[in-house]
Amino acid sequence: MGKERVAVVGIGQTKHQATRGDVSIAGLVREAVVEALEDAQMTWADIDAVVLGKAPDFFEGVMMPELYLAEAIGAVGKPLLRVHTAGSVGGSTALVAASLIQARIHRRVLAVAFEKQSESEAMWALTLPIPFSPPLVAGAGGYFAPHVRAYMRRSGAPDHIGILVALKDRTNALKNPKAHLHEEGITFESVRDSIMLWDPIRYSETCPSSDGACAVVLTDEAGGDAADSPAWVLGGAMRSEPTMAPGRDEVNPRAGRECAADVYRQAGITDPRRDIDVAEVYVPFSWYEPMWLENLGFAEEGAGWKLVEEGATAMDGDIPWNPSGGVLSSNPIGASGLIRFAEAALQVRGRAGEHQIDGARVALGHAYGGGSQFFAMWVVGADKPTS
Amino acid sequence: MREVAVVAFAQTRHERRQQALNEVEMLMPVLHQVKEELGIDQSQIDFTCSGSTDYLAGTAFSFVTTLDAVGAWPPIVESHVEMDAAWALYEAWVKIQTGEADTALVYGYGKSSPGSLRDVLSRQLDPYYVAPLWPDSVALAALQARACLDAGITTVEEMAEIAARSRRAAESNPYAQLRGSEDPSVLLEEPEIAPPLRRHDCPPISDGAAAVVLAAGDRARELTDRPVWIRGIDHRIDAHALGVRDLTASPSTALAAERAGVADGPVDLAELHAPFTHQEVVLRRALGLGDDVVVNPSGGPLAANPLIAAGLIRIGEAAARIARGEARRAVAHATNGPCLQQNLVCVLEGSD
Repeated sequence: MGKERVAVVGIGQTKHQATRGDVSIAGLVREAVVEALEDAQMTWADIDAVVLGKAPDFFEGVMMPELYLAEAIGAVGKPLLRVHTAGSVGGSTALVAASLIQARIHRRVLAVAFEKQSESEAMWALTLPIPFSPPLVAGAGGYFAPHVRAYMRRSGAPDHIGILVALKDRTNALKNPKAHLHEEGITFESVRDSIMLWDPIRYSETCPSSDGACAVVLTDEAGGDAADSPAWVLGGAMRSEPTMAPGRDEVNPRAGRECAADVYRQAGITDPRRDIDVAEVYVPFSWYEPMWLENLGFAEEGAGWKLVEEGATAMDGDIPWNPSGGVLSSNPIGASGLIRFAEAALQVRGRAGEHQIDGARVALGHAYGGGSQFFAMWVVGADKPTS
Repeated sequence: MREVAVVAFAQTRHERRQQALNEVEMLMPVLHQVKEELGIDQSQIDFTCSGSTDYLAGTAFSFVTTLDAVGAWPPIVESHVEMDAAWALYEAWVKIQTGEADTALVYGYGKSSPGSLRDVLSRQLDPYYVAPLWPDSVALAALQARACLDAGITTVEEMAEIAARSRRAAESNPYAQLRGSEDPSVLLEEPEIAPPLRRHDCPPISDGAAAVVLAAGDRARELTDRPVWIRGIDHRIDAHALGVRDLTASPSTALAAERAGVADGPVDLAELHAPFTHQEVVLRRALGLGDDVVVNPSGGPLAANPLIAAGLIRIGEAAARIARGEARRAVAHATNGPCLQQNLVCVLEGSD
């Protein structure tokens, strides 16, 4: 007996912004969950189990906040799992929730992820002085800038590629009412002239710091059959590799390639650029779009930037990436991965509103974390899988 | 459901203060031990899942560095919970149930010694209404103990007997931290430290780690002569707000026990994650354990309580005793959160 088929039947997101001072952490998370339940036409009682994901607890200053959130997310009397796999956690949250259904342990599972960055200071939380460990004083951008520089050197990509990605994602975000950044009047020049934070990463090529939550209701096959416009999970996988290992390639990580290969095999995808209609990929710094285009097999190694330059990943390109505006436009860290997974599902459900890609039938959701070492991906489709 | 067994278990010698080793170094020998015992390396493990908490390590993303202890190269299929590692075992069990994995490595570790643990744990509380008051974990347990005494479900004498019995049992456990005890009557002459709790009612502060390997069906039988089968496993959570909870009961444990099938057969041994003496009474009632059930022959968390590993150790200890023929059907329990808020129940059986 194979795995139970899994469908996404409910999606909720908060309006992401720098400070959601109008709600507590519980209020923020609940806002997304209530929207997802309404979308699924379910009540709290319909949910069998809850999986909650978020990035480090220091980001809000609450240890294991799922304990405090038990009531707000309707978990009392139910199984509640707390997942944490660094930046990929939002994706892992959906995959662990799906596995509870695939294993036929539960029929309806709520996956919820959040970050309320305004409660604390992420940069500071990443910079605690630990004996014998070099502190990451520069935050994530300082960590990833050398990887971007290495990519530019290897691929010979011209300097403006990162600017093009930022311009595209921030322009897409104007069509997404949930997005944090709505930069009306953004131009190539305004991105280019923004302050250089971590050479070669400019301010406007960097993800914002957001408060936000995302919730997804997953069901078994019967639940998917009964739903209006379900998104079917065609494949899902996670991979991890160490921070340091001889031969490890931080620019084009093996864990990412192997994770993608696993998901594509499950979903029957042989040529991702042809077989996938739209992708929501974790791009927190603009240059990660060309880097992940290669890592995920949408382009040959060294050629990812050419897809960006020719507009292939734009809304009207042949393989749109991040029509929602992506992580570059909204980054409630722990939720960012789940938002990618949810946006992929919204596309194949035909419910992405103004940023809908016409005719999207197969979509990729992707998240990564740590030092480009944790990966979580799923492929969802409008049609129920036959195998 | 696929048959899944515990096929290996290892733990550190738990200590009040492990200053010589960092988390990776503390964990490494335990991971090596379970793999060597089975004669396998990381390439033969289909899924790896761990538990840890940044609030003990004092740094964000602390589990990222400990992944280096596993040998995650080439890349592995891996996940992590910010919970007691018993929940990592649950996630691994689910993964095996999907059919995507036949073997799983589970580990958890915690060094509680660097900070003031009772204050650190107060950061688990409602961040707006409760945490700013810094009620510490011992004070909250005392509140629960008082409720239990007032409700008449235990007495300070019984609590002292639980403490003495646990730490005397730990005399035969080389991994335990507190071993041996005065008579209960002598213990009761000591002053209360957080009324009605005395020092003996409280767990030690421990640094330690543990690892378990799970395997499915025939793979388990290949790996060991004595697989210990997980016959049922479930976990539930209660409300967080202490004011809405009946602290003398544990409905989440009772529900998990029902779902795990505790009452479907005779139980002869239980390893309960009850850090405070009165909590053993609450848990025995919730699990419906009779007086004939041997509870915490390892000494339990009153003898060694390395946070995050302590719940996983209950499963490992119960499995090890079944494997040694000391029990036929056992219940293992793990908890998370203040005053037993979240609970996991696992029913284990030997092969015959």
